Amino acid sequence: MAEPALHRTPLHALHLSLGAKMVAFAGYDMPVQYAAGIMAEHLHTRAKAGLFDVSHMGQARLEGGEAAAALESLVPGDIKGLAVGRMRYTLLTNAQGGILDDLMVTQAGDHLALIVNAGRKHQDFAHLERHLAGKARLTRLADRALLALQGPLAAAVLARLAPSAAGLPFMSGTALALDGIDCFVTRSGYTGEDGFEISLPAAAAERLARRLLREPEVLPIGLGARDSLRLEAGLCLYGHDIDETTTVIEADLAWTIQKRRRAEGGFPGVDIVLRELASGARRRRVGIQPEGRAPAREGTQITAADGAPVGRITSGGFGPTADGPIAMGYLDSAHAALGTPLKLIVRGTLRPARIVPMPFVPHRYYRG
Amino acid sequence: MSTVKYTRDHEWVRVEDDLAVVGITDYAQTQLGDVVYVELPEAGRRIEQGKEVAVVESVKAASEVYAPISGEVVAVNAALSGEPGKVNADPMGGGWFLKLRIADAKQLEGLMDEADYAAFVEGLH
Repeated sequence: MAEPALHRTPLHALHLSLGAKMVAFAGYDMPVQYAAGIMAEHLHTRAKAGLFDVSHMGQARLEGGEAAAALESLVPGDIKGLAVGRMRYTLLTNAQGGILDDLMVTQAGDHLALIVNAGRKHQDFAHLERHLAGKARLTRLADRALLALQGPLAAAVLARLAPSAAGLPFMSGTALALDGIDCFVTRSGYTGEDGFEISLPAAAAERLARRLLREPEVLPIGLGARDSLRLEAGLCLYGHDIDETTTVIEADLAWTIQKRRRAEGGFPGVDIVLRELASGARRRRVGIQPEGRAPAREGTQITAADGAPVGRITSGGFGPTADGPIAMGYLDSAHAALGTPLKLIVRGTLRPARIVPMPFVPHRYYRG
Repeated sequence: MSTVKYTRDHEWVRVEDDLAVVGITDYAQTQLGDVVYVELPEAGRRIEQGKEVAVVESVKAASEVYAPISGEVVAVNAALSGEPGKVNADPMGGGWFLKLRIADAKQLEGLMDEADYAAFVEGLH
């Protein structure tokens, strides 16, 4: 049987012309790496600036006078309290306190701008339409591309196209013309570095991408390095570190529930989430540092020092900047304290590891 | 001149007297990307042709390395534990994995020579 045809982003031809190695991801034919390779692309992003095509992600606008209040019925984040231009990371929850998706919400003034995961966008948008019908109007922005420019020199690069970009506060967004293209730019990302995400018309995406790649600091970066960068930053990958069965508290994402929402509730799964917030969850997402050099991959079983099974790794690999194996996973709460020694079952061999704080590499967000 | 043979799994084996030096090919290291860890067997282990004898890990994934022929492991490349990048930099030389005492030299006849392997790799594109 033939494989279903993969979708292509507006930058597909550019990826091929840059010599990308392409893989299927969330139904899209995406660059996993370019000629430089994952290690070099990762290190380059931490040293200078990397350009990522994240056009596969879902973009939508939510409109209506009560859009923020309506969205709050589906997420535990404080959306009503977002000032114009501010953005927030939040979660679509289910009645069990599990996570349907994680997303970015920006208060754009006359609408909320939403960015959701590629692999979840159709479900997310259907979920939003079903539950917000009559209260807010969702418009899918399928004709827009999304670029991420990440790294310590990202601001200097973008300022050459629009000087005001350099002063944009972390976790905020604004309309900005870049090379004559009307863009919506946020200071955010998925690498732990300073950087921007740029939403723009699909038809102009290749032109802006080529323009940014002409800057000497900028290299194209594939999904391979995107994954190792976000793992070092301790950020969750949906479908791996969080899903419908992991509650907000188990996932250690209580920080996404602002004070007013804790007091007022009003989101799916609130009873379970607030109970776990008060008295603890059965298990918890933690950072795990394997001893030695051998990476422990997703699915690796974790045991206590005495050999009893206590958890499982949900993301694991090698951190190029951390210069060693790093992982995150879920552990029974009794074994989830920082510093707890563990064993990882890697190819039948018990390997020592311990619980460590995340991120593995310090965040370097722009703080003005 | 020593003989080098190749497998369809992209291992190479170079015969030196009654020993066989084993590694992965340049094509394999290119496909894997930057090698960050190599798990090697202990000396003395007997391994059968086609069975997993080592594991090579890149940033992204772990891949098995299979024994091109049967034999007893008599040495492993200890330098790879500190410098796994040798597998990328010099896959046919300093990036060798292990040495086997050859159990059955006839098995070598079933492997590809350099020209056959080059054609095989060409066919993968």
